[in-house]
Amino acid sequence: MRYAETGINLEIDLTRGSIEKVATDPRDTELYLGGLGTNTKIMWDRVPPETEPFSPDNLLIFGTGLLCGTPATGCNRTIVSTISPQTELMAFSMMGGFWAPELKYAGYDKVILSGKSPELVYLWIHDDKVEIRDAAHLKGKGAVETAELLKQELNDSQVQVAAIGMAGESRVFYASIEQGRSSASRGGIGAVMGDKGVKAIVVRGTKDVNVAEPAEYIGLCGEVLDYIKHRETNPIPGVMPILAGLGSPQEMKVHDEKWHTENFMWGNSRERKRDYWNEEIEKEWTETLENARTRLVSCFNCPMECGATISMPGLPTYMMKCFTKLTYTMGAFSNLDFGLRIAQKATEYGVDGFSCPQVMAFALELLENGILKDEDFPGMPEDNEGRFFYLLDMIVRREGIGDLLANGTYWAAKEIGNGAEAYAHNNIKKTEQLPLKLSMLNPVYFLMYATGEKMNITQIEGQFPQAPFATKEEREAFVSDWIQVPDEKFKQILLDWEFRGENSNPYYPTVEMSCDIVDWQETMHYIDDALGQCAGLSSFPLKPPYHIHNYPKFISAGAGIEMDQAKLTQAAKRYRTLVRAVNISRGMRRKDEKPPANHWKKRFPELEEELLDAYYKLKGWNNDGIPTTESLHELGLDYVSDAFIERGILTDGEDTSGNEAVATENL
Amino acid sequence: MSTEKKTKTIKSIKIDIEKCNGCRACEVICSAFHAMPKYSSNNPARSRIRVTREPIRDVYVPVYAGDYVVAECAGRDKYIIDGKEYDECTFCRASCPSRDLFKEPDSGLPLKCDMCEGEDEPLCVKWCRVDALTYEEREEEIGEEEVSVDEAETGLEALVNKHGIDKVADIIAQISKAKQ
Repeated sequence: MRYAETGINLEIDLTRGSIEKVATDPRDTELYLGGLGTNTKIMWDRVPPETEPFSPDNLLIFGTGLLCGTPATGCNRTIVSTISPQTELMAFSMMGGFWAPELKYAGYDKVILSGKSPELVYLWIHDDKVEIRDAAHLKGKGAVETAELLKQELNDSQVQVAAIGMAGESRVFYASIEQGRSSASRGGIGAVMGDKGVKAIVVRGTKDVNVAEPAEYIGLCGEVLDYIKHRETNPIPGVMPILAGLGSPQEMKVHDEKWHTENFMWGNSRERKRDYWNEEIEKEWTETLENARTRLVSCFNCPMECGATISMPGLPTYMMKCFTKLTYTMGAFSNLDFGLRIAQKATEYGVDGFSCPQVMAFALELLENGILKDEDFPGMPEDNEGRFFYLLDMIVRREGIGDLLANGTYWAAKEIGNGAEAYAHNNIKKTEQLPLKLSMLNPVYFLMYATGEKMNITQIEGQFPQAPFATKEEREAFVSDWIQVPDEKFKQILLDWEFRGENSNPYYPTVEMSCDIVDWQETMHYIDDALGQCAGLSSFPLKPPYHIHNYPKFISAGAGIEMDQAKLTQAAKRYRTLVRAVNISRGMRRKDEKPPANHWKKRFPELEEELLDAYYKLKGWNNDGIPTTESLHELGLDYVSDAFIERGILTDGEDTSGNEAVATENL
Repeated sequence: MSTEKKTKTIKSIKIDIEKCNGCRACEVICSAFHAMPKYSSNNPARSRIRVTREPIRDVYVPVYAGDYVVAECAGRDKYIIDGKEYDECTFCRASCPSRDLFKEPDSGLPLKCDMCEGEDEPLCVKWCRVDALTYEEREEEIGEEEVSVDEAETGLEALVNKHGIDKVADIIAQISKAKQ
């Protein structure tokens, strides 16, 4: 008997129209857990490095986390993996909502799509019955609209629908997959779904998900619920409100947006408005949100209310989460009313809320600076807000200039030329980042930005405070109940961390400390992504209910896999290294690992090199960021080093510098 | 017969649909608690509380499994509350032929809320951290002794209704023979 997981993957070949139910190997679960871990193993095994994103050979994997469908609070994430058209590396965007548990209840751990359907189709998964159905009538429909139409068509309001909008159908490089109040947005996975000719995947399940040790497991779940309650009544003092509690930043609840509007950049990540927030704006924005917000809503089995139902006058209802509340507003130098209106369209079209506003602001900057001309924007309205609506429509239809802009700022700038590249200034690995421009280099954030392979800072940060506490008393209070640390040394680092002087950025935390902090933070995210746990109750906030000390117990009692801290850390390292291996085999190297040049004003090139050297070493990678044969062997990934040696990425017995290895290669 | 009035404890769960966040934690813990062995599996389809959840229309109605009924209603009314239209079935607790709610997915046997007998309060209430569900007890006078119908009887009755008394009697006879 399999516990927590079902042991069955659905394999759907869209070219042939075949559907297979394939039993999985329990040994893979032990080595790679589930979700992202086992997704990555499949990507490595079956998608060769030369595979193009829009090739029928590319896979699109919808993987549920190992513990999804069990009573673990907030464990509801679907991890979607494919080769991204935007980065040409492996993307693994995630979505919360209700889809992953439903798929488990239908009896499957993953849906693996291969090939391409000649006609637009949707998939209907209802327990044992799995069908590929015609979706011609859904062409061009919005993602939310599609979900509602399918519920009617199937006469079942309990189905869960993951759908793409027009952006996915048009293969926009930052198209999302939308699902109720959640979406998997980064890396353009919606474009791959559109390329495969799949409009939606509808799921309904009525089967059991089992746990190995019922009494133990429910006890652990109870402890988590109690700790959430404890954290609700004990917000962390001395940090900004959005960092004090649990969940995603509670954007749908808060009205005070002083911090975001004055610290994040407006336009194409250009302008900081230091004195923007005032009483008048607060009053106007509060009114806008209160009138629009029908209800605060949650994902499956989670008490946090990170999302809201939004009904703007005259527009269809949609659901909004987190920071998209402000990205369009700030990208367009506008107000919240505009932001909530355009987000309605953007949600139906299915686009990434980080990238899309920046791409549009980038286009208008190019126009302002004469790199693009008026004739590139035929029929564009005069007013600022109207221009953004116009651009959004052009992009999702790939009409005119929209066809270029649909590829994101990196690829569009390359194509446009004539100096456009300088305006695509906020990218890492070809992906638009959060609009932040800061002063002093932060060594921990430098490493996270540079080496993250999830292309979003929110998917690697957390756990360790972003800034030091001002007083000794505050620091001591913070560490006094810091049970989440994997090692006591982290408490001392925080106790000694100061705003100014010797123990401050950029040289403190020291190189070694910075590496350890980043490694801890990243490891927690990778564990979440394999278990299906929302980062909002785990790797993202300070002092979360899930951590390295209770996770092994959850896995043991839930999945029946004997687990402890060391074994779990090793497993996370294994599939984290495998993600890197996929990307290294696709050409990613040290040269690609750098934050935007203007992210910080004060840069320290030598220190930055030192940080990368040390971090690569800690991770078991050589100086070019390639996992070494030795570290691969320790992780049981000899098959990766064999492939690397065969492809000339590593040479036999080489374990230091990739560059040196090439130079001294023995022919 | 004594004229003294008898009372009984009425357990009730107060449902505040304005507070429901639609997370379905109630369904999760209910199905886990009633699994055999306890907490060994989860399956909202087996839950004795279900949330009718239509986010776009802002419809959120948790409803508890009540009695099994043989036939569906002749007509079905609609209610309009605060401008939102609700099907009568949305509030109905019956395990009824018109829908697959409150039935074991495999056997089709009806399910009924038992207020989590043996626990301090129903677990759905305990797991509802947004306070959409709260538990209350009150004393109420009763006229006559109630006849208790146990779970096995309810189940058998459902089977009889589905397959006919002869077939069920036949199967029971066969099983008893095999067991002996």
